[in-house]
Amino acid sequence: MSASAVALKEIVETAVDRHRGCIGALMPTLHSIQDTLGFIPPDAVPMLAQAMSLSRAEIHGVITFYHDFRTEAPGKHVIHLCRAEACQAMGSRKLEEHVRTRLSVDFGETTTDGKFTLEPVYCLGNCACSPSIRIDDAIHARVTPDRFDELISGLEGAE
Amino acid sequence: MAARVFVPKDATACALGADAVADRIVRAAAAGGIEIELVRNGSRGAFWLEPLVETENGSGRMAFGPVTPDDVEDLFESGFPGACEHRLALGPVSDIGWLARQQRLTFVRAGWTDPLSLEDYRAHGGFAGLERALRLGGQEIVDEVKASGLRGRGGAAFPTGIKWQTVLDAPGQPKYVVCNADEGDSGTFADRLLMEADPYQLIEGMIIAGLAVGAEEGYIYLRSEYPHCRAVLTEALARAGRSGYLGSDVAGSGKAFRIELRIGAGAYICGEETSMLGSLEGKRGLVRYKPPLPAIEGLAGKPTVVNNVLSFAAVSTVMERGGTHYHEHGSGRSRGTLTVQLAGNVSRGGLIEVPFGATLREVIEDWGGGTASGRPVRAVQVGGPLGAYLPESLLDVQLDYEALAEAGGMLGHGGVVVFDDTVDMAEQARFAMEFCAIESCGKCTPCRVGSARGVDVIDRLRANGGRDEDRKTLEDLCDTMVDGSLCAMGGLTPYPVRSALQHFPEDFR
Repeated sequence: MSASAVALKEIVETAVDRHRGCIGALMPTLHSIQDTLGFIPPDAVPMLAQAMSLSRAEIHGVITFYHDFRTEAPGKHVIHLCRAEACQAMGSRKLEEHVRTRLSVDFGETTTDGKFTLEPVYCLGNCACSPSIRIDDAIHARVTPDRFDELISGLEGAE
Repeated sequence: MAARVFVPKDATACALGADAVADRIVRAAAAGGIEIELVRNGSRGAFWLEPLVETENGSGRMAFGPVTPDDVEDLFESGFPGACEHRLALGPVSDIGWLARQQRLTFVRAGWTDPLSLEDYRAHGGFAGLERALRLGGQEIVDEVKASGLRGRGGAAFPTGIKWQTVLDAPGQPKYVVCNADEGDSGTFADRLLMEADPYQLIEGMIIAGLAVGAEEGYIYLRSEYPHCRAVLTEALARAGRSGYLGSDVAGSGKAFRIELRIGAGAYICGEETSMLGSLEGKRGLVRYKPPLPAIEGLAGKPTVVNNVLSFAAVSTVMERGGTHYHEHGSGRSRGTLTVQLAGNVSRGGLIEVPFGATLREVIEDWGGGTASGRPVRAVQVGGPLGAYLPESLLDVQLDYEALAEAGGMLGHGGVVVFDDTVDMAEQARFAMEFCAIESCGKCTPCRVGSARGVDVIDRLRANGGRDEDRKTLEDLCDTMVDGSLCAMGGLTPYPVRSALQHFPEDFR
């Protein structure tokens, strides 16, 4: 095994051990791996299958069912843009257009400089102060295109 | 004595800059040599006033809002946190009409307390319901919940007491208590607000459920889109455990109850209870056929109480004040209070807890103050993305389960999303189908395929100027989805679509 495969195996085993014996251990185990690495590498699937006595198909099915789990490394910051109705009522469709143009990416893509990954989200529970976006774990309210640019510039400037 | 200053730590307050406001207040106080005690309270749900800063003096709590970080210095110059005249001063919190006109049962502590302080919780009536429940038998608790008339607050409005009776009577051990905190409907935030402002109320309600049905294990299934909530619940569960409210000996009773927090992974369908149970079992969130009901064969095939956050929270109140007290609020078969979440294009949005029976117009005009854009209201979606769009002419409908159903809508989880006259209702109808296509679990064909075809048909309808044959196809498709879908996802998606067609036909031409 390569050095990276050994490292991955250790991460997978730690995650499996942490949740061993729980009802439905696969979900929290996948979360643990993604929390550590930012994504779930495809090579983790056979390791998980063996450690948890599940089929690869079962694990692949779970990873691909949920929008949150990703199989490729995300950008440095993940931007979730709310596309749901309360935000639509406050101009999120326009914001969406602006964000795609500003970052030159579509949903599910990462900017070429690796700084930002853009994801859709259907409600952040901030619906009285729409439109909303989430950058990593911070939620921002009443986001106009100008405000978005400010937030992005702040993150770019911080580097 | 140090003046107490309150700055909410709620997700919306923070999204509007509350952390920076708190930081500036601490720095300004230090610079001025003023001794303060900063409390990060929960939000009162008056989101249009957030960040809503409060001070406490001998005569009560004084409010200031909305406060931006740049206002802080100016506030201190006017005498804050002492008595002061300032353009942001709102007077005593209890005099703010928007809040004073509400009738708070479930959200009675929200904003008043430090959400994580057990001492605060107890001082405001917390755990009184649990103490009473500990003196009663399981059947007596269930009877009290039945007497309250409480109906599930997740959206389906099933009588909570009857559900609990089923679990109590079901053979099989262990039994489980599961809280559905996958609040996915756009325009809703009541569960989030409660969990962030008063998490022990949920925990208390779940313990009571455990005592009622004889379960020792509980799970909270929280959506991943709520990182603030996750932090609050994680800490609240840890503190409740350390203080002996959770664990092998609940409040010295010798009875055990534990709660584990589980995080979803961004699937709307996991708000459907059988899908959520599948997710808790570590599987894809596929919807299951009912029967068997989760009350009989739920988590891991065992009898399981599945309730929404607000239902468990309401149980704490029911046990504290008695089922009859709770039943005295409300109208018709809708008992207790309703938590309307006013959102979208509205001037004064937030959480409004009122007895059932208020009209939609009262909520939008009296509380909401009309649209944020200042333009006329054109459409209102009630009950989340699967709820109908109502036109302005139907706003006098009463907000209770039955009255809304008669008007062709549904109350659901109580979300109210307002749109002004710039909305394109054909686009909204298309989005309803698109959302269903994105979020369908894929198990049944009418939902999985019907929603994708629905997008195509609406595109065709719009491109061809609203031809009758396209409209007929869309109607047929809606019939198939309503009649043939396994759960509410496919079964209710036609509601926003059809209501848009019915009330706003001009947008499809």
